[in-house]
Amino acid sequence: MKKLSARRRHPLAALVVLLFALAVTGGLYAAFAPADKAQADDTAQSLAIKEGKKLFAVGCASCHGTGGQGTSDGPSLVGVGAAAVDFQVGTGRMPAQQPGAQVPRKKNIYSQAEIDQLAAYVASLGAGPAVPGKEQYSKDGADIAKGGELFRTNCAQCHNFTGKGGALTNGKFAPALDGVDPKHIYEAMETGPQNMPSFGDGTLSQSNKKDIVAYLGEVNGDKTASPGGMDLGGLGPVSEGLFGYIFGLGALVAVAIWVAARTAKAKKS
Amino acid sequence: MSETGRHADVPEENLPSGRDGAHGDVATKENPFADPGLPPHEHRIQDIDEKAAKRSERTVALLFTLSMLATIGFIASYVIFPVDKIIYVWPLGHISALNFALGLTLGVALFCIGAGAVHWARTLMSDVEVAQERHPIEAEPEVKAKVMADFREGAAESGMGRRKLIRNTMFGALALVPLSGVVLLRDLGPLPEKKLRTTGWKKGIRLVNQATNLPLRPEDIAVGSLTFAKPEGLEEDDHEFNSKIAKDALMLVRIQPQNIKDKQELEWSHEGIVAYSKICTHVGCPISLYEQQTHHVLCPCHQSTFDLSDGGRVIFGPAGHALPQLNITVKDGYLEAVSDFAEPVGPSFWERG
Repeated sequence: MKKLSARRRHPLAALVVLLFALAVTGGLYAAFAPADKAQADDTAQSLAIKEGKKLFAVGCASCHGTGGQGTSDGPSLVGVGAAAVDFQVGTGRMPAQQPGAQVPRKKNIYSQAEIDQLAAYVASLGAGPAVPGKEQYSKDGADIAKGGELFRTNCAQCHNFTGKGGALTNGKFAPALDGVDPKHIYEAMETGPQNMPSFGDGTLSQSNKKDIVAYLGEVNGDKTASPGGMDLGGLGPVSEGLFGYIFGLGALVAVAIWVAARTAKAKKS
Repeated sequence: MSETGRHADVPEENLPSGRDGAHGDVATKENPFADPGLPPHEHRIQDIDEKAAKRSERTVALLFTLSMLATIGFIASYVIFPVDKIIYVWPLGHISALNFALGLTLGVALFCIGAGAVHWARTLMSDVEVAQERHPIEAEPEVKAKVMADFREGAAESGMGRRKLIRNTMFGALALVPLSGVVLLRDLGPLPEKKLRTTGWKKGIRLVNQATNLPLRPEDIAVGSLTFAKPEGLEEDDHEFNSKIAKDALMLVRIQPQNIKDKQELEWSHEGIVAYSKICTHVGCPISLYEQQTHHVLCPCHQSTFDLSDGGRVIFGPAGHALPQLNITVKDGYLEAVSDFAEPVGPSFWERG
């Protein structure tokens, strides 16, 4: 003991004490904290909300207000839910580059972790649809034929019968759905981004939405066959007719001119 | 050609100077606009060189043979390829092997017949140039007089002017014959009578979600959502489903009540849930391109645009009437119709008023 006391002014003494204290604190935490797991989750959640709030203040607050209450430049985000944030930020639509008829899809600059934090913060402002789980939009167990039927009844009027998109009023448009993450398609139906109406569970049940997502994956996948070849944008008779008139008739006229322009005479005049 | 001296009423100074006068002798000996005639005939190499002609013959025969082979290929591909075989062909992508083979072989077969025929006509068929002379179309006066005289004679011989009974009954018969064609137009279908004025909606009929086939409750319909409904009792496998849904199709949207501008629309809604006919009043396309922020609904056929927050008023396009609204209420927790539509749904018709 005397030995210990003699070395109490040793330069490393403070370090030893500090390490000892840290070990005790850590040990105590390990001993007590796991006893209440839910509390730990809450901490993680509140941490995400806190981080999300910081991200929100930087990227979103100028239009949506510091508390997400909305301003003249952007709608209120109270009650839009995590799914809306995951869709808007995940597809790069938000933060918007400039005001206009419609905010287009662009490169997403946030990591999924940051999007989740933002989503957690916005979800904390008011109850709304949550980000769907993988099993809700995966192809397994989905009825693709039924999805096609539902898509043609509910979605095809704007997005075209195989999801190639279409025009709306005053510069607005329904975007093409090929190459869109199934999760984002599901979230769009749930939340109704921009001028798209929402299709909540009361309108299209969860299995309806799953079928629709599966149908789109089937008709727009990398391996999707186009039996006739050259689908010309999949827009139907308009583009096909235009192609026929311009290139089909054009080729015939060009061949006729070429045939007549060449003389069959032995002596070229 | 008139000569200058014959224009007695034209002052001398306004007339062109005489050609035969001593002054201004510009007459040329040769007519500069004379018909140069046809250029001398030039021969084709095939007309001169028998070898070249043989070569052309072989080319044409080769094209026709290719066409035959392609047709055999067409029949063979029809037999060989299964309908559902998909192959990758650049730049067409994943396409049906059968479609590709049939199109390619038939295209080659037809093209070779055409190319062979053109080559044959241009290199081997007769190369004689023929001139066709043109004459005035009008007949000579004697011919005209003869025709008129013949006509009068024929008319007199037929006794058309004398036997009025025959003439009049003939006119009657000729006038009535087309009526048989007109009467057959009735086969275009029985008249719709009152069918265009009513739909399947009646007091107490519940609104059923077309996607889930369940009766709709007000809480199913969120602000900004779009739901399609059909009357309760109308099932998709019913024999007459298509003709009935063509009038009964309904779209339900929910608008914040303070955003509804039309008073009657507000009265006919339930807490902001409004039910409108899905059939465009222009030519009856199903319209449902709904923009939830502007509450506008756009018809994909001719761009008629309706404002669902203002009584379905037409704000753009060729539609002539506002979109009909269905008066709805809630009973036992489910949405139901109060009555049928107050006006005929869909496009205008003759007796619509």
